[in-house]
Amino acid sequence: MFDQLDALLLARFQFAFTVSFHFIFPSFSIGLASYLAVLEGLWLWTGREVYLNLFKYWLKIFALAFAMGVVSGIVMSYQFGTNWSVFSDKAGPVIGPLMAYEVMTAFFLEAGFLGIMLFGMGRVGRKLHFAATLAVAVGTFISAFWILSANSWMQTPVGYGINEAGQFVPEDWWAIIFNPSFPYRLVHTVMAAYLTTALVVGGVGAWHLLRDRTNKGARVMFSMAMGMVAVVAPLQILAGDMHGLNTLEHQPAKVMAMEGHFESHPDGAPLILFGMPDQEAGTVRNAIAIPKASSLILKHDPNAPLNGLDTVDRANWPYVPVVFWSFRIMVGLGFAMLALGLLSLWARFRGRLYDWRPLHWLALAMGPAGFVAVIAGWVTTEVGRQPFTVYGLLKTAASASPLEAPAVAASLLTFIVVYFIVFGAGTGYILKLMGKAPHPGETGPEAGREPIRTAGITPAPAVNPARTLGAEV
Amino acid sequence: MIPVFDLPTLWAFVIAFAVFAYVVMDGFDLGIGILFPFFQPGPERDSAMNSVAPVWDGNETWLVLGGGGLMAAFPLAYAIILPALYAPVIAMLLALIFRGVAFEFRWRDPGHRRYWDFAFTTGSIVATLAQGITLGALLQGIVVEGRSYAGGWWDWLTPFSLLVGVSLVVGYALLGATWLIMKTEGAVQNHSYRLAGKLAIGLIVCIGLVSAATPFLSGAYYERWFAWPQVLFTAQVPLLVGITSGTLLVGLIRRWEYWPFLLTLGLFALCLLGLGVSMFPYVVPNAVTIHQAAAPNVSLQFMLVGASVLIPIILAYTGYSYWVFRGKTGHEGYH
Repeated sequence: MFDQLDALLLARFQFAFTVSFHFIFPSFSIGLASYLAVLEGLWLWTGREVYLNLFKYWLKIFALAFAMGVVSGIVMSYQFGTNWSVFSDKAGPVIGPLMAYEVMTAFFLEAGFLGIMLFGMGRVGRKLHFAATLAVAVGTFISAFWILSANSWMQTPVGYGINEAGQFVPEDWWAIIFNPSFPYRLVHTVMAAYLTTALVVGGVGAWHLLRDRTNKGARVMFSMAMGMVAVVAPLQILAGDMHGLNTLEHQPAKVMAMEGHFESHPDGAPLILFGMPDQEAGTVRNAIAIPKASSLILKHDPNAPLNGLDTVDRANWPYVPVVFWSFRIMVGLGFAMLALGLLSLWARFRGRLYDWRPLHWLALAMGPAGFVAVIAGWVTTEVGRQPFTVYGLLKTAASASPLEAPAVAASLLTFIVVYFIVFGAGTGYILKLMGKAPHPGETGPEAGREPIRTAGITPAPAVNPARTLGAEV
Repeated sequence: MIPVFDLPTLWAFVIAFAVFAYVVMDGFDLGIGILFPFFQPGPERDSAMNSVAPVWDGNETWLVLGGGGLMAAFPLAYAIILPALYAPVIAMLLALIFRGVAFEFRWRDPGHRRYWDFAFTTGSIVATLAQGITLGALLQGIVVEGRSYAGGWWDWLTPFSLLVGVSLVVGYALLGATWLIMKTEGAVQNHSYRLAGKLAIGLIVCIGLVSAATPFLSGAYYERWFAWPQVLFTAQVPLLVGITSGTLLVGLIRRWEYWPFLLTLGLFALCLLGLGVSMFPYVVPNAVTIHQAAAPNVSLQFMLVGASVLIPIILAYTGYSYWVFRGKTGHEGYH
């Protein structure tokens, strides 16, 4: 009853499931690590207690999010081999070194300094502790750099040759790393991570302002987060537009699927706002469209011709309904974020940032929007790359491991059960921490771990206890 | 004759180093998970957990380097070995999830702490068992056709692979116990000495059994170990294992605080050396050599530049992080 196609579909679903779950955590921790570095820096610079309290408040949440990111990430580094062995064999010489660099430059840096960042407050000087926080923040960025470079190469492969065993052989590392879609994807994804974090911080701040608008910590975090959203949301829309133009140049079929353009439009393509794409029939039913607007956006000329999927071999079509809808979810949320940012600017201008309740409710509702947008964007770009793993060169169907469907089905089922239990519990703990109002005298992640706080380790002789963070707690 | 230090050989050593670094660092923290039920809930468990909490994440990164490095340097081996060992590898990953999050979750949810402690132990045991089974299954051989795995998905399960799995559980538990001897004092330390004594005997028996079974897995192994004149070299390995084992037992009886951990690491190093004797230059025994599996030289060169600069730096700051958290882990009332 199971044939090869089933095993392939199951393997694809397994990868989509594990990578989507994993992606949630880094998209939060990349932004949060930077936010923590800013908070600690502000505290060192201004000496204001509120920044230290906020630092410790978010550090506890960071510890949980980071742990979940690490364990779900270890899974990813083995999934290539377990489920996509042919891809690993063929693309390994190009992709592998990029990921090895990610491990060597980012993972070790993050992991090496995370312990000091989380538990080292009483053991190293303030500046050293800040340096550890910075190292973790920089590590998260470097990690994004390499993994997005690898991903982008799969989207826009350049700088390779092919040897007699059918393997991609690197010829120009510079071209491979800085492949055509990489700069756009890097900017767009890292900004997405910053936006996601700003929305979470803003949502938490809003929640506590709704309960007590005088809470100092809630006011500071809400103000910082709304400022960030107001600045980054418009930039992100701009970056997204440029990324889209880049995709049009290198992966036109993906843009056709995003736009729902099954047919070519020789004199100006319409912008389909909504509709029901029908892959079989090759048409978008009940489409609501703005004439010529798509050409205007993509070609900056309302009458410019745009090709549709009818110019692409049907065997090479991505699955349009998924790409079409995930793209609209992402863009819709992006504009909602822009609206939130603008409303917050208006409230700030009127001096009502901390007591305009509708804004707080909106910010609260938008708290998780970043995650949804990030996953939707990821689905757009990855499903849009189909039916290839290495775009135009290696089909997904030819990339999978020679596994029997029951083996893949069993592991998929276990992943689903385990992820929902473990990451469900973890998300619950994060929400519990977020539900507590920030307050003066906030404790760090060591709270509750009496043995660590009262640890009898001789302080390093070079450290003056009065200068350590622990002395202030 | 292939020159000894060409790029694939060099990379085989780098991967072997990553595996050893992983065993050195994650071995003891998995071991502490395995031993967790033997410690009383409360201060005993808390100080055992706290002795690894700041470093476990860095420890597991070596596993990512091992996996990522294998894909990058020997993509063909990665593509054959992982599907062949599908079930144990997936089991290991899932188990690592449970034990990894338990470090944080048990503190966030005192009401369910015993469940997370259970997850910590079960995760540690299953992950270790799966790693051992993986090694055993690799050692006993994998069916290869062309450029991919051609066996069934239960091939990995044999008495030999189970024996290696159990041996690794005993070995990691011993690393955990001897680590706690170094890092704790009082009741936990006494308890660890008692556990370490039994585990040391267990590990020596296990090493004996695995070593005795390995040469009979395939003719090639027998040749490698017993053919004249290599036997003059290979015989040194069991000899050193014997000496190290004896010293370890003496160290445990005489309560040398630091030596039991280091000697246990010595045993692991010797086992890895033995593994090298059995396998080199194959990466999939009797099927694929490191030269056949190696990525093109351009890939290996590009990574080697980074690895030769970065790995020493990584070791330096990992060492620094251990130094910051050096000394005995506290328990209540120490101040």
